[in-house]
Amino acid sequence: MGAQLRVYRQKIKAAQTTKKITRAMELISASRIQKAKARVAASTPFARSITQAVSAVATYTNVAHVLTTEPEKIERAAVVIFASDRGLAGAFSSQALREAESLTQLLLAQGKDVVYFLVGRKAAAYFNFRRRPSERVWTGSTDQPQFETAKEISDALLEAFLRDADDGGVDEIHVVYNRFVSMVTQVPEVVRLLPLEVVEGVEEPGENQVLPLYEFEPDVETVLDALLPVYIESRIFNAMLQSAAAEHASRQKAMQSASDNADKLIKDFTRLSNNARQTEITSQISEIVGGAEALSSAKN
Amino acid sequence: MAAALNVSVVAADQEVWAGEATMVVARTVEGEIGILAGHEPMLAILASGEVRVTLADGKKIVAEAADGFLSVANNVVTIVARKAGLV
Repeated sequence: MGAQLRVYRQKIKAAQTTKKITRAMELISASRIQKAKARVAASTPFARSITQAVSAVATYTNVAHVLTTEPEKIERAAVVIFASDRGLAGAFSSQALREAESLTQLLLAQGKDVVYFLVGRKAAAYFNFRRRPSERVWTGSTDQPQFETAKEISDALLEAFLRDADDGGVDEIHVVYNRFVSMVTQVPEVVRLLPLEVVEGVEEPGENQVLPLYEFEPDVETVLDALLPVYIESRIFNAMLQSAAAEHASRQKAMQSASDNADKLIKDFTRLSNNARQTEITSQISEIVGGAEALSSAKN
Repeated sequence: MAAALNVSVVAADQEVWAGEATMVVARTVEGEIGILAGHEPMLAILASGEVRVTLADGKKIVAEAADGFLSVANNVVTIVARKAGLV
């Protein structure tokens, strides 16, 4: 067998092996994405109810609370970045990290310090490689987020938020994550969690509607104290679930195009190897014919 | 006040129950509270315990809720709890 032919056969084999892997990953993501979408949908009623309750408090009372009032001077801001644990998901992680970088630029330009809370191994690797410090890192469950992790994250955030700025506490919390829009679109999003900016799902009172006067039990302060951590938790959890669904969608898309590319490579190399084989056969035939010709002319 | 209450019981990871009811009895940190249609808007912290929902046909649904809130507005009652489940 000619050397050229052997090289082509090797390349075809390599492309086939790669294709098997990418196809398998595509199928896994495709099956997980339905579940991830269902989890986003299942957590939505909770997030919606909490958001409505928070906006009720924010809209119908004017009580001053540490979580709702904006500090006069913001010295330090926390940025929570949701990336993925594993790669091969297209631009998923880099998309979130790029968004976080531009947010960082913005915050630095406003004279604020930035501290990072990272979720996902890819985000941690990105910061490690650049030798940049991060406050805390969570890894290991970005594709199937647990509520416990969300609780841990929001506890850490609230703890940092309630600490004084002099002791390294933060005055602002931003989250950066990929929002799942559809199977083909995942948009990186930046949301400021604290101080509160309730915009999502707030029902505007109608024109001739009287604003309801809320009664709080036991009292406004206690309700706020209890409500806001839960609100942060639910927002963090929702971001994690969105991010997980987006990760699966993004991976499925990336793996699909990888499989398609492998197909194309296999086809191209098959053509080339057929060509090489044919050339080899042709040259062999002409050698034989030439040899026979020489023999028969030598006899005469 | 013939209108029925629109009740939903929501846990962190799922909606536990939703539907129409005539009365909701829940336990807040200050004690048990019963809510009928036309109740004034309120927001209360739940103590862990049972939430009893009485349906229009007299049937009762009991849910266990811990660590949550009760919100009432415009005959919409929402029980939001980190952990909740039907009993």
